[in-house]
Amino acid sequence: MSPWLAAARAVGAEIAARHADDVDLRARFPAEAVTGLRDRQLLGLLVPSTEGGAGAGIADVVSICHELGRYCASTAMVYAMHQIQVACIVRHAGHNPWQRAFLRRLADGQLLLASATSEAGAAGDVRSSICALDEKRGRFTLVKQAPVISYGEESDAILVTARRTAQSPPSDQVIVVVPRSGVELQPQETWNTLGMRGTCSRGYRLTAEGEMSQVIPVPYADVSAQTMLPVSHLVWGALWLGIATDALGRARAFVRAEAKKRPGETPLGAARLAVAVNELQTMKSNLLACLRLYEAAIGSVDGPSAISLAVAMNNLKLGSSQSVVKIVGEAMLICGLAGYRNDSPFSLGRHLRDAHSAAVMVSNDRISANNATLALALRDDLEPLA
Amino acid sequence: MSSPLKVRIRTVLKNAGSLQNGVDALPDDADLHAAGLTSHATVSLMLALEEMFDIEFPDRLLGRLTFSSIDAIARALIEIGVQDEAA
Ligand SMILES: Cc1cc2nc3c(=O)[nH]c(=O)nc-3n(C[C@H](O)[C@H](O)[C@H](O)COP(=O)(O)OP(=O)(O)OC[C@H]3O[C@@H](n4cnc5c(N)ncnc54)[C@H](O)[C@@H]3O)c2cc1C
Repeated sequence: MSPWLAAARAVGAEIAARHADDVDLRARFPAEAVTGLRDRQLLGLLVPSTEGGAGAGIADVVSICHELGRYCASTAMVYAMHQIQVACIVRHAGHNPWQRAFLRRLADGQLLLASATSEAGAAGDVRSSICALDEKRGRFTLVKQAPVISYGEESDAILVTARRTAQSPPSDQVIVVVPRSGVELQPQETWNTLGMRGTCSRGYRLTAEGEMSQVIPVPYADVSAQTMLPVSHLVWGALWLGIATDALGRARAFVRAEAKKRPGETPLGAARLAVAVNELQTMKSNLLACLRLYEAAIGSVDGPSAISLAVAMNNLKLGSSQSVVKIVGEAMLICGLAGYRNDSPFSLGRHLRDAHSAAVMVSNDRISANNATLALALRDDLEPLA
Repeated sequence: MSSPLKVRIRTVLKNAGSLQNGVDALPDDADLHAAGLTSHATVSLMLALEEMFDIEFPDRLLGRLTFSSIDAIARALIEIGVQDEAA
């Protein structure tokens, strides 16, 4: 186990787990766990060593999200969303001196990054913007109606998407890094949801200003296709796997306790447990296969094409968001009333509520519709199996 | 003067590109994505080009870059064997 993963496990087991129910109950930011991650230098993990970071890769972040997801899904989601933003800057900052200096600040100060891609009026279509950068003499201003910015108030900087200019069509977007000193957040919508309550994803009228060098120097279309979309689905898939793993862990403990009470008899829940273990194995295999695919895509020019990568990552999202709900539901049936109670060691209510966010967080129907379009362009997979 | 190939590309783009402000005013090297070509429309454009030129784009040419301008589309078509001549 890498020292990073060991540190994340310690934060998960010793801090996040202890506060998870309170974070959920009060829909409050998991401040203790995030401080723990910050203290252990886990926020700047992806920053290259040339900028003073640990130079870790996506696989490290994926395994940390999985680990955290076992203890507190909100903490895991905050960490996941932060790392998605970091990955975008690391991969696309190029030689832009402002961006490189920002990465250094991020590593030094273990800054927490949030995201404002969704926009009121554009609904959940993050590949289309209404707001636009207003550029004057090398500086910009920007006003965005952001219906959901997770932990916006606790963050140190926000990545915001917008149309490139006031004349640009909705699909011609850029993404800009705005430190909190350049952002004003006027609260508009509260966050009182079924699950993922600790992400504190409130809505705001966001006003931002800064210098043009804060704009990531490649089009958002590329940032999205090459990094934001695949990394999101990998880290989300990992933390959903963490939720499912913990739920099945509880179910397994329940079944084993039953078996010990009546030696020689196979408990009723064992057969269901076996089926759920199979589903969990599929979920994990899919995640690992997609992780390898993504690593191949960033590592070589012969990697998967943009289209096959997008379809694979979309399928990962669709599949794991459904599997996590299914597995937690199975765990609930296995534990019965003990799982349904909110005050038993086998409680699964929080898992189930958190799991249901997966299909909504970028609507599965929207992703399926995108896949339907991409299916028209997808080529036969001629890759040898081994 | 645009080459015959580029004239044919423009015809396809007019029907399949869903560009708000049309195609006529766009120079051959204009950024089509900046002109509003969405990822959805890129797929329609690709299919329409395949139909018009009776070709199939190989996987490696399915990136955003291939469809980034009329010039870029022409380069890709020539690369896969399309002749620069009128239909
Ligand atoms: C826990 C959590 C945290 C979040 N944090 C952030 C954040 O920090 N920053 C941020 O910017 N956003 C965030 N989001 C928002 C997220 O990225 C999505 O934008 C949002 O969940 C989608 O909202 P929607 O369901 O209202 O919109 P839509 O995607 O428009 O979906 C609404 C309905 O329309 C249907 N629909 C929409 N489009 C299509 C289509 N093309 N085909 C078929 N059906 C369609 C859907 O099925 C759905 O029923 C967060 C969401 C969650 C759940």
